[in-house]
Parts: sequence; C-alpha cells; structure tokens
Amino acid sequence: MTTDTTDSPVETTGLSTDHSRASADAAHSHGVRTSPGTSYADRFASTDPEAFEVPTGREEEWRFTPLRRLRGLLQDAPLRGEGVTADVRGVDGVTVQIVPVAESRRGLSGYVPIDRVSARAWAATEKVMTIDVPAGTEVAEPLVVTLTGDGGSEAVAGHLLVTVGANARASVVVFFEGSATYAENVEIVLGDGAALTFVSYQDWQPDAVHHSNAHAVVGRDAELKHVSVSFGGDLVRHDTTAVYDGPGGSAELLGLYFADAGQHIEHRLFVDHNEPKTRSDVLYKGALQGDGAHSVWIGNVLIRPEAEGIDTYELNRNLVLTDGARADSVPNLEIETGEIEGAGHASATGRFDDEQLFYLRARGIPEEAARRLVLRGFFAEMIGRIGVDVVGERMLAAIEAELEIAMQTAGAEVDA
Amino acid sequence: MSNLTISDLHVTVETPEGPKQILRGVDLTINSGETHAIMGPNGSGKSTLAYSIAGHPKYQVTQGSVLLDGEEVLEMSVDERARAGLFLAMQYPVEVPGVSVSNFLRTARTAIDGKAPALRQWVGEVREAMDDLRIDPAFAERSVNEGFSGGEKKRHEILQMQLLKPRFAILDETDSGLDVDALRIVSEGVNKARSTTDVGVLLITHYTRILQYIKPDHVHVFVDGKVAEQGGPELAEQLEAEGYDRFLAKA
Repeated sequence: MTTDTTDSPVETTGLSTDHSRASADAAHSHGVRTSPGTSYADRFASTDPEAFEVPTGREEEWRFTPLRRLRGLLQDAPLRGEGVTADVRGVDGVTVQIVPVAESRRGLSGYVPIDRVSARAWAATEKVMTIDVPAGTEVAEPLVVTLTGDGGSEAVAGHLLVTVGANARASVVVFFEGSATYAENVEIVLGDGAALTFVSYQDWQPDAVHHSNAHAVVGRDAELKHVSVSFGGDLVRHDTTAVYDGPGGSAELLGLYFADAGQHIEHRLFVDHNEPKTRSDVLYKGALQGDGAHSVWIGNVLIRPEAEGIDTYELNRNLVLTDGARADSVPNLEIETGEIEGAGHASATGRFDDEQLFYLRARGIPEEAARRLVLRGFFAEMIGRIGVDVVGERMLAAIEAELEIAMQTAGAEVDA
Repeated sequence: MSNLTISDLHVTVETPEGPKQILRGVDLTINSGETHAIMGPNGSGKSTLAYSIAGHPKYQVTQGSVLLDGEEVLEMSVDERARAGLFLAMQYPVEVPGVSVSNFLRTARTAIDGKAPALRQWVGEVREAMDDLRIDPAFAERSVNEGFSGGEKKRHEILQMQLLKPRFAILDETDSGLDVDALRIVSEGVNKARSTTDVGVLLITHYTRILQYIKPDHVHVFVDGKVAEQGGPELAEQLEAEGYDRFLAKA
C-alpha cells in the first residue's frame, strides 16, 4: 500500500516566493473512519424535504456556503417546475426526452436527495430530462444541451437522468446560460464497459444561483469522466458523488472554475470506493480575483473494506490573483482497507509565482504577457484532459475574458 | 563592440534578521567577444552578482552601477534588461506548467526582436539548435522545465542563449550537476554561440572543470562579495591546484 499525502502550500523552487496573502483552509483529514455518522457515506437521505432541518450555517456541509444568497431555497421559497428552457443539439443514436416524473425512471441510480434543497427540488420537479445512449452505441460527436434560465423571480427545479448502456460510448455537454435560481438533481448511470464524458458548464449571468446534486453510478469496467466548469453565476454549489456498481470502474472528476469579485463557487465531491479494483482521479483547478471572490473545494474519498486494489488520487489547485479573494480547500481521505494500489491527495493555494514571472521576464517577455502565459498555462492541462472541443473552445474564450479583467486589475494596482 | 561595466556594486538581500550585505564593491568590465570566468567559494556572492544584474527583486542594489554601453541597467525592469541584450542562464531554471517550450521560445524571441520571427526560418533555427544540443524534438511540446532532468534544464538554458542572441550572457553555475557528457554538450553549445555571435560571456563557476571546455580570456576570483584577484587562464589552473584556501585565509 502506498499512501501519499501532500498538504504543503505551493511548491517553491530555489528562491522564496510570497504566498503569505493567499489563504488556504488547513482543515483536512485522512485516516480510518472511527464512528458511523461522521462519514460522507452516512449522510442522511430522503425525498421528503421536511425530513431535513433548515441548516443554520454551522453544519459541516453548509459552513462555507453563504446561505442567504441561496434565496430561500433552503427554506420555503416557491419552486416551480418550469422556467429553464432546453435547446438540444442532438446526435444520431442518442435519445433525448422530456418525460413527466410519473413516467420517468427517476431514481434509477439509487440516488436519494441528501439535503433540503435537493429534496425540495425532487418534490417540485414536474418533468425529467432523460438522455439515453443505448447499449453498444458509439457516438463521437458530443450531445449538447443548452439550458437557459428565463430570469423569472421564482426558483426552478430540474432533474436530469443520463443513462449509458453496456459498452456504449458518448459525450454529453450541458451549458447553463441566462439567469435563474436553479435547484437541480442529476443522475448518471453507466452500464458495464460504458464510457461517458459528462460536462456541466456554468456560463450563467452574474445573478444566477445554481444548486446541483449529482449522483453517478459507474458500472463494471466503465469509465466516467465528469467535468464541472464554472465561470458565471452569483452562487454555484455543486455536490457530485460517484459510486461503483462492479469492479474495475474508473471515475475521473475534473473541474475548472474562475471566481470573480463577489462570486461564490463551491464544489463538493464524494468518491465512494465500494468495489474492488476501481480507480478515481480528481483534479480541480481554479483561479480567483476580486473582492469577495470565494471558492470552496471539498474532496471526500472513502475506501471501503471491500474495495481492495483500488487507486485514488485527488488534487485541488487554486491561484489567488488579488487581495480579498479566498480559496478554501479541504481534501478528506477515509481508508478502511490497507490492500490498495494507491491513495493520495494534495491541495495547494498560491499567488502568482514570482519565480515563474521572473524567469519569463528575464527572457524579455513583458510582465503582462508573462502573467497571461502563466495563467493560460495553469489551465492548459485541464483543457487537454477534458478533451471535448466545443467545451475547450468556450473555456479558452472565457479564460481570455477573465484575463482582461485580471490585467485591468493589475494595471490599476500599478497606477495606485 | 559593446561593453558591460560593473562599478562599485553593493547589494543586500532581505533576511528574517534584516538586510544582509552580500556584494561589497564589485568592479568588472566585459567587452563583446570576451569570456570572463568568475570563480569563488560557496557563499562568496557569485550568484548574487548574476541575479542582481538580471534584476531579481530579492536583491537590493544599495550602491554602484551596471552600464551596458553607457546605459544604466539598474534603472531597467527585468524584461527591459533582457531586451537590452542581457541573458542569465540560471542555476535552477523555473518550471512553468502548461507553457510549451516552443511557445515560450517564440514569445521570448518576439519580445526581444520586437516582432515575430519569420516562421520557416525560425522553425529551422530552433531545430538546428536543438539538434546541436541533443535535445529531443518532442521537448518542444513539453512544458517549460517541467519534469526536465538537471542536464535537460541546462541544455534548455543554452538553447535559449543560442536563440535569443544576447549581447552579454551570464552563465550561473551552468556546470553544476552535469555529468561529463552533458557538460561537453552544454559547453559546445556555449562555444557555438561565442563563435557565431559577438556575445560577451560571464561564466560563474565553483569548479575549474568547465574551463577545460570553455576557455576564458580572464579569470576573476570572487571572495566575500568582491573581486579578490584577477588574471589570465593560468589563474584557474592555480586554483585547480591550490583551491581557495589562500583567499579564505586572507578574508
């Protein structure tokens, strides 16, 4: 067994680098699960909203979230079943339907809501969007769904169910646009030997609120690549769980986010290694700029006693570009068997690396261009790993737009 | 014909205990086409001299001047110094994840020339330089210095020296950590730049080993933050035989 744990701040080479103004939450854990009830795996679940107490904000799972900005989703704000319209760019072989709840296969993944918002969304959902890739189907082009909020004052509930049959391969991309207060449940079910790239891309208007709980089941020898990209929105809080339904499955959870002034972007992940020989690889990278920009990354991994021979690694990296931005990053690893291939996690939050900038500038590259190079480089790896062109192109453009903000801010600092 | 003139250079570095004096009045003049070796024991301030000339923010110049053809280098920003024709081959080159070597080299050359190089000629130039330095072509698509071995990092530094064509190049312990084969390749790369351009070279080293491959015109012994003795190549041979003890005892 190899357990590799790196919790150090940003690595420095040679000369010193100032990361003192970057903030990182040092709280994290790794070790043996001691008592039931404390683990992410033991979360209470129910379809009944009233079974959940309204959080106060002191609870472990809510302590980072600015509850008031959820606009009453946690309390009793009205939730309607419509208000987000879907535009589908279909591909041959993949079926997309909007089905009334009663006729749908909602719950197919075994998912039961894990908090009050998702239970309320469950109750308020009228129709389920289902995306089905039949067994054996291989589709190269991604299916692209654009969900656009109509900007109505009432919150909207939604439910998405993606199924990929045995040995099928497909990519599904969901873009979120417009404005909404959106409470969403997502189920993803991969059959044996299936491969799915699923991308949830938040390109909301600045005032949107998006609460999403996703639950993915990875079949025997199946491969899930789940991607979360967040640029827009006022508050984005996504909770993604991956479990296995047979040995040999793999879950690659990738995320990229860019929080601007006042934005709260929160990703909570839980990989439940409940089957032997399964793999998980988590990589989330974010940049933050501006006053009150806040990102939260919680990476939970549980290795159950039966999960022998598994391999897991999770990494979160944050680049804090200005004062007043805060990145919280908490990896948690619970290990219940020693018979594993590998388990590790790392989290690093830092400022622009002065040594990188010096190196580039010492080759004649002006400071602004050097910053751009470093920032583009920081995200370049993600674009490659996500590997869906329509997503990569949009991400590149969004990163360039964020760079414009960054350069204006940097210019203002120099002038001051 | 250019010259780099360092006069009475005093430099401090910030430490937790307050500023610490490292350079105590360095005087040195290098002309185009000349190669000067700066030798000295560890902690004598050799690398501080290199980084101070390049403009690293960690070092504070408290006195003196560095003139490049009469222009005050110390008033220039880091990138202005490079564009004026100064180059520092670093002892510990920095990793820049996600920035490919080819993109980095092209961006640097464009910055230094003030315009993008003609593509076809540039590609040929890069290929030839990489070939000379035995750098695998696949390196062009790798991230700058990321996962490079010690020898690969040094060869990559000299690759930049060849492609950026500085007027003066400072090589900071380029020989450290190299095996004999890598040292020979790197030295050949430096010698090629010396023979094809009029570059003046400041070769900073602790050991005489690299001087068997790169013949200096002048040798300066650096002790306690300033030049303690200077001479021709014979001074290096003397140091090889006697070590630095003589100077350290004096200091």
